[in-house]
Amino acid sequence: MTIIKVPVKGLSSKEYERSLKVTWQPELQYAWDNGIAIGKYLEALKDGKILGSRCEKCHRIMLPARSFCELCWRPVDEYLPVKDTGIVNTFSICHVNWDASRLKPREPRHLPAVIEIEGASAGMGIMHLLGNVKPKDIYIGMKVKAKWKPRKDREGTITDILYFEPVRK
Amino acid sequence: MGKRRVAVVGAGLTKFVRRAQETGPELSHQAVKMALDSADLKLKDIDMVTLGTAPDAFDGVHMKGEYLLSGAGGNNKPYIRNFVGGGTGVFAPIHGWMHVASGAADICMVVAEEKMSCCHPHPAGAFITIFDHTTEQPLKPTLIWIFALEMRRYMETYGLSAEDIARVAVKNKKNALDHPSAQVAEEVTIKDVLDSEMLAEPVHRLDISPSSDGAAAMILASEDVAKRLTDKPIWLDGVGWNLDTSYWATRDLYYPRYVEKAARMAYDMAGIKEPSKEIHVAEPYDPFDYKELHHMEGLMLCERGEAAQLTADGVTERDGNLPICPSGGALGVGNPIAATGLMKVIEIYLQLKGDAGKRQVPGDPRVGVAQAWGDLMQVGTVTVLRR
Repeated sequence: MTIIKVPVKGLSSKEYERSLKVTWQPELQYAWDNGIAIGKYLEALKDGKILGSRCEKCHRIMLPARSFCELCWRPVDEYLPVKDTGIVNTFSICHVNWDASRLKPREPRHLPAVIEIEGASAGMGIMHLLGNVKPKDIYIGMKVKAKWKPRKDREGTITDILYFEPVRK
Repeated sequence: MGKRRVAVVGAGLTKFVRRAQETGPELSHQAVKMALDSADLKLKDIDMVTLGTAPDAFDGVHMKGEYLLSGAGGNNKPYIRNFVGGGTGVFAPIHGWMHVASGAADICMVVAEEKMSCCHPHPAGAFITIFDHTTEQPLKPTLIWIFALEMRRYMETYGLSAEDIARVAVKNKKNALDHPSAQVAEEVTIKDVLDSEMLAEPVHRLDISPSSDGAAAMILASEDVAKRLTDKPIWLDGVGWNLDTSYWATRDLYYPRYVEKAARMAYDMAGIKEPSKEIHVAEPYDPFDYKELHHMEGLMLCERGEAAQLTADGVTERDGNLPICPSGGALGVGNPIAATGLMKVIEIYLQLKGDAGKRQVPGDPRVGVAQAWGDLMQVGTVTVLRR
């Protein structure tokens, strides 16, 4: 049964523009409850702290804070702040926006990274952004520190940390 | 009652295109009809139907299972939709395997469909909701971030260059020239890949598979039925799936251990002890070129960090010792997510039957593996086929 001829017609851009179609631009709104553990995590961010949780059975200090240890399958024993410094585990210099639209040449690039936070167990990273750094100077293993919003502007969201910036010696 | 042995007895595949004129149900209908014709069966012969399709946000249809029901041939039959993100296409035949191995069905139709072009002008934005709504979405992530982050971590761990990675795209796009369903088959050079638009360093435009519309179908049958239908059954002898933690930033991205776990499950079931020697042809999921290398390692087809060298040495070419993605993969044939995974299983089926035409790998392959990957970089789905 060698597949030789296959059905389906692909439309060219011109054909697509001419084709009859129904369009819809949804305007949906959601509100997501923070829950118990992330609620505490966000409250701590407002206070300028990164909150983890500790499990006495596996001895992990986990990020972000969670109400149960997913490995030991039991409630965590403690919520505790870790440091606001970390190590870049991996990063990107991104030239497109969330919807795939392109950044203009002079717009600053997005600098997402996985940052392993100090004071948590090894490998406990969070995704955040890097800032106050030239893209070409970023490297894996770079030590960074949270740049917090001014206290009065913090809202209890992950963006209360504006970005992580290099720790300059 | 133990498990029953399950065979593949037919398959169908539409062309993969950027914007199909056909609707999702029409795409599904085409693939199902081809599969029925290939096995000389009628829809009434099908006991049960399982359908795999990825996020509803692509089609913009909330109940995609119900939407695709008629095209999938599921009317008035036991019918169900299955879903594990990007891993769905290879999970769909695993789900079909459950239907038949358990004894619930003698013949099960497996369908996979995706119409990504409905999300217009580009489906990229639909992916934002895969990220955690509270701790990640406010950072305005795009899907490419996670690939860029994982690719860089992988390259850094093994000291790989952009050329090492680009070579996969070159190979797969070339392989796809021989695939009648292919959307983006072309002869490109490593330089073409590296000169293509830089999207999120280190990911270039040509490192990525396109978004696509398409459908695939496969018919599974119990051993006694399969032997009646064909003198050349291809056995679905191993299935495995596994999900790692959703806290994706807390695990080292250089190695897909969930793929290894899924592969071990499938290999144990199929009695495979040394995958690098016993598997003759493989279709790991390649939505990005580095993913093929990443997955070869997770599937234990080579040592960790060795896949790029094998690729550079030509081992993974169609006429190499271990042909990888002889179909042309997602990078060449196209990537209608769920349909891509099933396309890969179909490719292994055709290769083992000796029916792959111009794509046929030499050496009379008898054992092959197909794999898909997805969700938040956390799911591996693996099938082992044997003649």
